[in-house]
Amino acid sequence: MPDVLKAPLVVEFPFTRSLGPVQSAFLTGLRERVVLGVRTGDGRTLVPPVEYDPVTAEEIRDLVEVAPTGTVTTWAWNHEPRRGQPLDTPFAWVLVKLDGADTALLHALDAPGPDAVHTGMSVRIRWAEERSGAITDIACFEPNDGTTAQPSGHSGEFEDQATGIVAEARLDYVYSPGRAQSGYIGALSERRIVGERCPSCRKVYVPPRGACPTCGVATAEQVEVGPRGTVTTFCIVNIKAKNLDIEVPYVYAHIALDGADLALHGRIGGIPYDQVRMGLRVEPVWTEGGRYPDHYRPTGEPDADYETYKELL
Amino acid sequence: MSKEPVAVVGIGQTKHVAARRDVSIAGLVREAAGRALEDAELTWADIDAVVIGKAPDFFEGVMMPELYLADALGAVGKPMLRVHTAGSVGGSTALVAANLVAARVHGTVLTLAFEKQSESNAMWGLSLPIPFQQPLLAGAGGFFAPHVRAYMRRTGAPDTVGALVAYKDRRNALKNPYAHLHEHDITLEKVQASPMLWDPIRYSETCPSSDGACAMVLTDRRGAARSPRPPAWMHGGAMRSEPTLFAGKDFVSPQAGKDCAADVYRQAGITDPRREIDAVEMYVPFSWYEPMWLENLGFAEEGEGWKLTESGVTELDGDLPVNMSGGVLSTNPIGASGMIRFAEAALQVRGQAGEHQVDGARRALGHAYGGGSQFFSMWLVSAEPPTT
Repeated sequence: MPDVLKAPLVVEFPFTRSLGPVQSAFLTGLRERVVLGVRTGDGRTLVPPVEYDPVTAEEIRDLVEVAPTGTVTTWAWNHEPRRGQPLDTPFAWVLVKLDGADTALLHALDAPGPDAVHTGMSVRIRWAEERSGAITDIACFEPNDGTTAQPSGHSGEFEDQATGIVAEARLDYVYSPGRAQSGYIGALSERRIVGERCPSCRKVYVPPRGACPTCGVATAEQVEVGPRGTVTTFCIVNIKAKNLDIEVPYVYAHIALDGADLALHGRIGGIPYDQVRMGLRVEPVWTEGGRYPDHYRPTGEPDADYETYKELL
Repeated sequence: MSKEPVAVVGIGQTKHVAARRDVSIAGLVREAAGRALEDAELTWADIDAVVIGKAPDFFEGVMMPELYLADALGAVGKPMLRVHTAGSVGGSTALVAANLVAARVHGTVLTLAFEKQSESNAMWGLSLPIPFQQPLLAGAGGFFAPHVRAYMRRTGAPDTVGALVAYKDRRNALKNPYAHLHEHDITLEKVQASPMLWDPIRYSETCPSSDGACAMVLTDRRGAARSPRPPAWMHGGAMRSEPTLFAGKDFVSPQAGKDCAADVYRQAGITDPRREIDAVEMYVPFSWYEPMWLENLGFAEEGEGWKLTESGVTELDGDLPVNMSGGVLSTNPIGASGMIRFAEAALQVRGQAGEHQVDGARRALGHAYGGGSQFFSMWLVSAEPPTT
């Protein structure tokens, strides 16, 4: 059995988040070094604020300022900070109930070690030097001497209120295509296209997934298909994709390789785009270093009869 | 014991637009839910459970958004669950909610679906760069365009049919205040002259990307009896799935779609859908899917769907109006698109569709599909309660 392949897969995107009135006031407040909560129907002050009352479901908009000092309600020590976390040295994750608030806010506490942290300890906000209207405007919390700072009684109205944030999200995976696809990719490096046959329905899957989706049984018998095949259907792509270096227009086709029981997808070259047709016989064109055929080109054979491929579109 | 009849007594939508920068996701869903409650003249306290749906989380980048939407949807202290079946999710979400009522688990259920596509990029969300795999060569329309060509080849449909669908749906949208696209100066010539993106699909034959939400209040007979406005009654509902790819898959007319429709018609006692159904809201993200689904859903014989479109049968004043609301071609907050179809079908039989009302509509079909034509959900609603 060939080695099963593995590779990192990083999924990242700068999501553009619109805030709505309450989060807008909260984040703008942080920019101005003001912490705002919201008052619920039963008179509690929620920090961070929410838009709808958790008890009555009513819309709540009554913003109140709380103090930049507070008390740790619980915590956990983070031995190894990761990329993107508030501090790059070990710190405590803390829930902090700010003075004047009835709920706690999650943030980081800069402390020399876990022995320096305890539930009930007094902490205060350390503001970031550069603030933009984001939760990171609070750089972190730091130990306080027990004194309570007084809020200024801010109304929650600001000039130039933040309306959105960019939330950079990133997920790091290790991706493995599994046994069947690793075998398929291994064969491609020898310029062979190898699928797998279902032991039950006898259909040949290319690329193989290791199981037959119809019969629900594992596939193992390898079957070399192609290299020639038939264009079963296609479209002409007229808009350039961002991540592809292919001149438009080009033909994106479904190709049923000889011996395969379903079509795979590929680009057709070596023929003007407007002369490509269903039934065209094609073969792969490999380029140095390419994992997949660069494209497929006409073989010059007569077109396949529609009846021979109409089930393979 | 027979099932409890299910009635739609409240419907709410947001005005669908390209970007709702004035609201959070919570604010967006709240708007639709509030309108559905208002329509039903109910309050949050009248709701027993909440069933919410949306398309993949990558479309906003909020993992499991239902967790933080419990407050906004008045779900605190109640069951709340989230459904996901790709583009068909709006339909399957409504059906999960309906089944809770039909099974007498809950008396009144709020169901809602949304998408806030402006927070991300759906095409990115659907085409992550998976290692070792060949990059997708063609974009969203490129996935569907070869199937359209296969349909044309199979049926001999003239290449003019797609533009007719787009022209019809965009005109219908002008009568629907909630539709995203309101192209007041639309003409058939403009559709035909729009750029060919993925030949045979033109720009004007593709759906927009929208921010929007849709909500419904579903209830039992007791709830329906208290309804201030005529309810829509569910007479049949079904879901079917099949793999994205398998040997023998028919992308033009998937078996799961045929089976799903047959199940709904059997439940509703429909033997001739073309004659017995008055209006259809079907999921048509690219214009050619109208004739394709007309065949798949049994409104036309195989190979004949395009003839209904071409002869005007599916126009708003036709014999079988399709996508009176303007359809997905005019409004596409992906996760909500299926529920909008279900809700618009219900609006028709309640006589509440306003300017895009089909006169005398008594029975209407709502249809959704998603993934690589692999998930299907449909319901049939009527102005009359079921007889069972």
